[in-house]
Amino acid sequence: MTQKQPPYKADKDNQDERAIPYTLGNLEAGEPCCIPKAHLQVQNLSVSYNNITVLDDVSLDIHKGCITALIGPSGCGKTSFLSALNKLTDLTASAEVKGSILFDTQNLVSDKIDVMALRRRIGMIFQQPNPFPLSIWRNLDLPLREHGFRNKSVRRKKIEKSLQDVGLWDEVKDRLQDSALALSGGQQQRLCIARALVLEPEILLMDEPCSALDPISSCVVEELILRLQGKYTVIIVTHNLAQARRIANYAAFFWMKERVGKLIEFGQCQHLFETPKDDLTAAYISGAKG
Amino acid sequence: MADQIFKAVILACTAFIGLVFLWILGEVVVKGISHLSFSFLFDAPVNSGRAGGIAPILVSTLMIIIVAVSVSVPLGLGVAVWLSEFTKQGQKFATSTRLTLDVLAGIPSIVYGLFGNAFFCIYLGLGFSILSGGLTLACMILPIFIRTCEMGLRTVNDSWRKGALALGMTRTAAIWHILLPSATPAIIAGLVLGIGRATAETAALIFTSGYVDRMPESFMDSGRALAVHIYDLSMNVTGGDHAAYATALTLIILIVFFNIMAQFMMDQWLGRKVLSS
Ligand SMILES: Nc1ncnc2c1ncn2[C@@H]1O[C@H](COP(=O)(O)OP(=O)(O)OP(=O)(O)O)[C@@H](O)[C@H]1O
Ligand SMILES: [Mg+2]
Repeated sequence: MTQKQPPYKADKDNQDERAIPYTLGNLEAGEPCCIPKAHLQVQNLSVSYNNITVLDDVSLDIHKGCITALIGPSGCGKTSFLSALNKLTDLTASAEVKGSILFDTQNLVSDKIDVMALRRRIGMIFQQPNPFPLSIWRNLDLPLREHGFRNKSVRRKKIEKSLQDVGLWDEVKDRLQDSALALSGGQQQRLCIARALVLEPEILLMDEPCSALDPISSCVVEELILRLQGKYTVIIVTHNLAQARRIANYAAFFWMKERVGKLIEFGQCQHLFETPKDDLTAAYISGAKG
Repeated sequence: MADQIFKAVILACTAFIGLVFLWILGEVVVKGISHLSFSFLFDAPVNSGRAGGIAPILVSTLMIIIVAVSVSVPLGLGVAVWLSEFTKQGQKFATSTRLTLDVLAGIPSIVYGLFGNAFFCIYLGLGFSILSGGLTLACMILPIFIRTCEMGLRTVNDSWRKGALALGMTRTAAIWHILLPSATPAIIAGLVLGIGRATAETAALIFTSGYVDRMPESFMDSGRALAVHIYDLSMNVTGGDHAAYATALTLIILIVFFNIMAQFMMDQWLGRKVLSS
């Protein structure tokens, strides 16, 4: 499998050709994910709310260092799937998760898990950018402090690096003490990504990270996600099939059968889009293509 | 046409309310200001308040408010956080707590006075004291304060809650650093409401902190509050009208002052932490 190429090259020579008003930092990409190695093993996962099953019997491996896209119609349980992975389903009293999710040696569903430590290793980005109503600086500083980074200069280095990684440093370095809510939507979303990255997670869950953004910001975030490939394991929900095709190494297609979400097909992105095995997948892909 | 009539009616209502308010305020100011002086604020009352000043009464009032606020703010915030952050929807205990608080908020203050007298003065043996009065007022303002703060916390953007937890922050950290500071306006509103009620209270205090008009020496002394003094002057003391109006004016100024203080302190303590755009 080949490393995906960014839709836009960020190097300076090319800039006149594709006028993007952003430059991304030099986030180091890791190994391309040629050798599939399971980072998360999901087996027979089902999620229910108030005893009504919304996602049933999902089994798949999330490969380390790869970008896995989750696609499917609204309401088929993609967000529920993501929330089960970092145990955010715990917040919903009526939610119940069954099956198993193997991460390292632990089963996230049945074992007793230190959720705070887990969520540090599995970060999450939401559809709506949700920077805290604090200064840009404190948005990143607060999580670091909460995770026990006492040394101020260590925190400063991490914050600066993280803001550079998402290409925000040059835009905000003179206004770090201003409110994060004053940033544009795209900047806010990149700040949220920086906030997740500053904790150096292994896995990033992204729930439609571009759908609330304008096309240019969306493009920048997309490129950013591509650059995470190799270094982080990324699971991204997207309604934009073209985007999934551009950035993902693997794709999972969810569909509702009798009001219950099911995993219909999972495989390498190219295979799923070009030679889908299931008729439903083929229909969805071509249908959505128009 | 209908629009214009509607607009005229609304304007008339506003003007009417404004006038009534101005009239009350004007009456107090006009009748009180001539009697209000430096020595009125710093002298002890003489001859049941017909002459002299209100110094001990001012001090008692301040002490009562201090007790009431310092007890009700931490307790109230605690309960509000519990109600909004730690209860599940439809949980019986939480629902009944809310209902109880709403009922308590509507109970006339004289009932609180009787309760305070029975519980703090007699049962706990605190007697007629500033402490008893302050605690009784705390009981009285807690229901409104709690419910206002709870509403404030509930309206805080839920995505911040999720975002904080998704970053592996503890609930305590999320509440302390993000949710409570974001709810500052509501907390201030609750506090202002509470202080206003407490400062203007008469019925609940007659039975608990008493009406001794000597300078209090400790929180265990009995002390007369401003509102009680006004009541006494206008009802029981012939020729005390001017002093009553001057005291009323002092009371109004004090309430305005407290509100500004409450706003300032909450802003310093919580609001400074958050930046809204
Ligand atoms: N907190 C909840 N309580 C009850 N039902 C819920 C809850 N959250 C989600 N559901 C239900 O679970 C189903 C799956 O929802 P989910 O949000 O996971 O879908 P989704 O695939 O992410 O949809 P979308 O593409 O619109 O975001 C839906 O039918 C939804 O109504
Ligand atoms: Mg969703």
